[in-house]
Amino acid sequence: MLFFSYFKDLVGQEVTVELKNDLAIRGTLHSVDQYLNIKLENTRVVDQDKFPHMLSVRNCFIRGSVVRYVQLPPDGVDVDLLHDAARREARGA
Amino acid sequence: MPTKCSMKLLLNYHCNLFRTFNCSMATTTGLESLVDQIISVITNDGRNIVGVLKGFDQATNIILDESHERVFSTKEGVQQHVLGLYIIRGDNIGVIGELDEELDASLDFSKLRAHPLKPVVH
Repeated sequence: MLFFSYFKDLVGQEVTVELKNDLAIRGTLHSVDQYLNIKLENTRVVDQDKFPHMLSVRNCFIRGSVVRYVQLPPDGVDVDLLHDAARREARGA
Repeated sequence: MPTKCSMKLLLNYHCNLFRTFNCSMATTTGLESLVDQIISVITNDGRNIVGVLKGFDQATNIILDESHERVFSTKEGVQQHVLGLYIIRGDNIGVIGELDEELDASLDFSKLRAHPLKPVVH
């Protein structure tokens, strides 16, 4: 639940989502759901010459199960806040 | 053997079932905004299937109508294989992209060359 809330706070930011098939998609975070499925707007694939498979796609839905990494803007993480929240969740509070 | 008409009814029934089910879940991340639009699906085995989204559910199972597969290769341009009505199991779906028809029409697929996408490795 923690990371769901965390990603909800990131809505509107520019992120890069790297998938488990090595495709990396950059775009504006539009929404996230409980499975951490991600919707991106204004998307472009990071290496378009190598991966022209999504050239005509501008908005997309990424299934949470295929996400390897989400690269965030540097100011997108309040590390202390996230530390505290993670500890609290680990304690089951 | 079901007639074409009864198949259409069956499809509508299932689409409605999918839609009703999804309405009860209050998520903004659903695929409802893509229904009746042309979408491009990248599957876990690296295939790219394009078709009209007719229905979906909470497990991302989808119904695609008038679908075709786009096969990328380095030897020749993109080949298109007609598939027709397809149901894809959610487990097997990686990305669902909203296809911009204008952009799509501006691409020359006969000149586009690329390696096929790698399969998803968990």
